[in-house]
Amino acid sequence: MLTVNNITKQFVMGENVVHALAGLSFTIKKGEMIAIMGPSGSGKSTLMSILGCLDVPSSGAYVLDGEQVESLNDNQLADIRNRKIGFVFQQFNLLSRTSAFDNVFLPLSYSSNGKNKKETVKLALEKVGLSDRMYHNPSELSGGQQQRVAIARALVNNPSILMADEPTGALDSKTGIEIMTLFQKLHQEEGQTVILVTHDQFVADHTNRIIRLIDGKIFSDEINPNPILAGTSRPVGAD
Amino acid sequence: MTLLQSFRVALKALTTNKMRSSLTILGIVIGVAAVVALMAIGNGATASITSSIEGIGSNVISITPGKMQTGPGGQAQSGNLTLNDFQVLASQLSNISGMSPVYQSSYTVSQGKESYTVAVSGSNEDYLQVNAYTIDYGRSLSKNDRQTDARVAVLGSTTAEDLFGGLNALGRDIKINGINFEVIGVLEEKGSSGFGNADDMILIPLETGYSKLFGSAAVQDGERKLSTISISADSADNVETIMTQTEFLIRRVHRLDPNQESDFSVTSQSQFLSTLSGITTTLTIFLGAIATISLLVGGIGIMNIMLVSVTERTREIGLRKAVGARKNQILMQFLVETVTLSVLGGILGILFGVGIAALSTGLGLITAEVTVSSILMSFSFAVVIGLFFGIYPAYRAAGLHPMEALRYE
Repeated sequence: MLTVNNITKQFVMGENVVHALAGLSFTIKKGEMIAIMGPSGSGKSTLMSILGCLDVPSSGAYVLDGEQVESLNDNQLADIRNRKIGFVFQQFNLLSRTSAFDNVFLPLSYSSNGKNKKETVKLALEKVGLSDRMYHNPSELSGGQQQRVAIARALVNNPSILMADEPTGALDSKTGIEIMTLFQKLHQEEGQTVILVTHDQFVADHTNRIIRLIDGKIFSDEINPNPILAGTSRPVGAD
Repeated sequence: MTLLQSFRVALKALTTNKMRSSLTILGIVIGVAAVVALMAIGNGATASITSSIEGIGSNVISITPGKMQTGPGGQAQSGNLTLNDFQVLASQLSNISGMSPVYQSSYTVSQGKESYTVAVSGSNEDYLQVNAYTIDYGRSLSKNDRQTDARVAVLGSTTAEDLFGGLNALGRDIKINGINFEVIGVLEEKGSSGFGNADDMILIPLETGYSKLFGSAAVQDGERKLSTISISADSADNVETIMTQTEFLIRRVHRLDPNQESDFSVTSQSQFLSTLSGITTTLTIFLGAIATISLLVGGIGIMNIMLVSVTERTREIGLRKAVGARKNQILMQFLVETVTLSVLGGILGILFGVGIAALSTGLGLITAEVTVSSILMSFSFAVVIGLFFGIYPAYRAAGLHPMEALRYE
């Protein structure tokens, strides 16, 4: 459960002040699958880094699972990211020359709780269907497999939010569909809250709700009554 | 994340880049090895010089003419030491085991076609005992030789070797400045004492020297001049007393006013020893300082590589932060990395340094003495350098904004 109320974010670039976010308010309920869309410069990356607790808003309130995030210090933000947020990036961002297992283990090495860490890692890799590739290095895995390792890493701490930034951007369309299938499965079978940040309409159409940003403001916030069932191939010309 | 985990992460990061890591620690290895080896060699040199001087006899007091004035504008003040001074000392001093007046000068010495310049000392029968020489074969000077102005000579081992090439020199004649002398004895090798070759010398009776060899240069105002008077005390405890008495007696003979500087110097072997060990200690510190500079340069090498490593791993740092690494955990990770590098370099450096010291001992160059203090000092210095030069890169890594770090290309 996540609520933002009138959040803004300004950056100082030289002598100019850039208003990346100019007052946004919305609520995302637990178990929702939602896409945040917008052209580049619309503030969607800034919004993602605030929702992902990588940054705090300049003003406004952000409540994540009952915690006031905007007033937390760096260490508390790091702990929240560790416990509540799972990130998936366009470029996977796996540690090279490090096995899939160790990559997925990474968030656990920064968390204090959890006894059977090894079991947890194995479980997460099973969830994404990679239990047979556990000890392979990223260079020995295909792009889709690498992204699935990244998803397992995001899931390993059982986060409130799975946040994906252009997760299919670096993949071919077939593999992209595989990844979307995985997201939908996690959403439907496990009730995982998923936030996708994308500029790809086809990817966004897989979700139940689409927020569009333009110039740091919400342009539209609509329910998508008929999300595409993952596995459907991309319509011709849609890109 | 525990320290053990940070250590594991650091080790992994270092082993994924083996070539770079080993080049990085090379600076520290060389620095530490240089400190350990140079200090060991310096200490070994000190010990060997000290022991060879002690071999001369630590109870020996030397009186030399003139005095080096200390302080600004110091200059050598000339003065004379005469046979008369020696005779006064010989009749007045007690608690001595030997005493020899010496007049020394260099002459061309020839035997057959061989000819060299050698230091020739005129002295008495105590000379060998006072200066810790022993006879290899033949005999030493006797009182009779002096009283009869006998033209006899005792050769140092090197001189004998040079002139006679290992053949028996006894009874053979040599020419000193064209004058014939009969060889009556050859000395055992004494080894270098650090000042020229103590075995390249010729000993003749003092009186013979004055009457046949030294000529007018050895006489001033009707007095026979001396280069040195050497006294050996019967025990180390009496050295101080004998020095004081000597000073007093010669001042009286030289008719010096109480406010006048002495025109001669009285020094003991132990004084000399402490001066010399002061010099060698300075030398050791100097060597250590040079080695320490190379250690410092090694540290800068570590900083350089760590900065490159931080830049290269910007995305990794961003990712670690995104999955929940705290600032100080990143700081710790990079600090542990540099400290691991410097500790590894330190250990290897100690091994190398000890190896070099052992090698120089084994090859007989110099007996190096590795000291625990030099090992501890250089090792802890290496670790401190690792910490110091690691802090900046680590701090830079820890301060990166996660979002910007993740987007870093």
